[in-house]
Amino acid sequence: MIQLQHLNPTEADTALHRLDPRVKLIVALSLILITGLMPSGAFGAYIALFALMMAEAIIARVSPVLVVARSLAVLPFSLAAVTLIFTGPEPYLAALPVTGWPISEPGLVQCVSIVFKSLISVQAAILLIATTHFTTLLWAMSSLRIPGVLVAIISFMYRYLFLLADEAARLSRARDSRSAVPAGSPVTARSLIFRARTTGRMIGSLLVRAFERSERVYNAMLSRGYTGAPMQIDPPQLCPRDVLIGLIPVLIAASLLAISLII
Amino acid sequence: MHHTIEVENLTYTYPGGHQALIDVSLSVGPDERVALVGPNGAGKSTLMLHLNGIYRPTSGQVTVGGLPVTDDNIGQIRAWVGLVFQNPDDQLFNPRVFDDVAFGPLHMALPEEEVRRRVDAALDAVGMQDYADHISHHLSLGQKKRVAIATVLSMHPKILVLDEPTAGLDPRARRSLINLLDSMERTMLTATHDMRLVADLFTRVVILDNSRVAADGPTGDILSDGALLTEHGLEAP
Repeated sequence: MIQLQHLNPTEADTALHRLDPRVKLIVALSLILITGLMPSGAFGAYIALFALMMAEAIIARVSPVLVVARSLAVLPFSLAAVTLIFTGPEPYLAALPVTGWPISEPGLVQCVSIVFKSLISVQAAILLIATTHFTTLLWAMSSLRIPGVLVAIISFMYRYLFLLADEAARLSRARDSRSAVPAGSPVTARSLIFRARTTGRMIGSLLVRAFERSERVYNAMLSRGYTGAPMQIDPPQLCPRDVLIGLIPVLIAASLLAISLII
Repeated sequence: MHHTIEVENLTYTYPGGHQALIDVSLSVGPDERVALVGPNGAGKSTLMLHLNGIYRPTSGQVTVGGLPVTDDNIGQIRAWVGLVFQNPDDQLFNPRVFDDVAFGPLHMALPEEEVRRRVDAALDAVGMQDYADHISHHLSLGQKKRVAIATVLSMHPKILVLDEPTAGLDPRARRSLINLLDSMERTMLTATHDMRLVADLFTRVVILDNSRVAADGPTGDILSDGALLTEHGLEAP
């Protein structure tokens, strides 16, 4: 059984863990929105936002190092921003050796800003997941009237992520068990292309299995009266204290945004 | 006329052209327990998916509790027929056990109090009362099978239709599941390869082979007919 530890909240029981999940969800989304709206090159504000995330991590007794380390997973997606460096306007700082592409100063600033902003946004999401159980989060989404179909899709993603990970692990174990090597050969007798093709077929087979499973799951839903209409138990009232606590980081971030827009 | 299943001359052809059921007729009376046996690919699962209208006959008719399976009756029929799928990972599609057991009752638009009561009672009936807040993925296969049964018990079905309830279970989990099924006073139609389960629990056996009903009779008669069993790839317990 594959354990996706990153998806589980930490063991600690802090004020942030206990905060109403609806408040946490809105706060995290607001922080991400505000970070996204920050103007390019407002590095002071980025540092302040980063400090805010680290402060939250400390309050939630989640290791700040861990939060930063996990957020690095977003870096490959920020790669798209690298093109800005070479397509931005003048002034140019230098030219890239060999290709001679010019390095644009505003482009560089934009690229670095996007990388910082994406890291901070992901850190906000990591803190949310680290303090809230996924099922609680789903409940929060539906009680905030996020459309039932969307919540259902996210719920399925969580439910079947484990199964697909298990299935992928079984497939690769089956492959490894039959990937024998003739005596005296190096570690693998086959070319990279051969192995890539095998992996491609495995991914294809995983896709087909997922597709067939989706049909069986849908049949199971229909059997129990699913009509597509959203169904849920009415959520309890929000506690004003929780709303107040949630307002603090949002207001700090919003004032940072206001300041950096004015300057 | 409640608690009954009537299948008349049911023929079903899959969109690809494969004939999964040919002229199948079958009648299950109130509180009768019928085992559906036969080789893999005989059409057992296809037949079961007709009993609550997931599949509709290419020709022929299915009647449940006196109501024909049509779009107008489908809501009522799905409340009557508790269909438990073979793989509990298909049946349990919510992350949390509670939400899965509550799914059926919530769709019947029952008040919250009643939903909670039914979830408690259903989990209690299958011996899983302490697992409401557990994540389904972390349960063992035997536990998942029990929860899968609870997800239909919470709908108070009149008829239980089970696909391979004991497949893949270790002897203890299998025995406790058989005891659980034995304690239920309901019309029951179960597809299985487990011939000892058939001998223990069912009064009547229907053999489905090659998309057709090959035999239909009291369990004692069918299980003692060695030639018949061999002909359809089955073994006496």
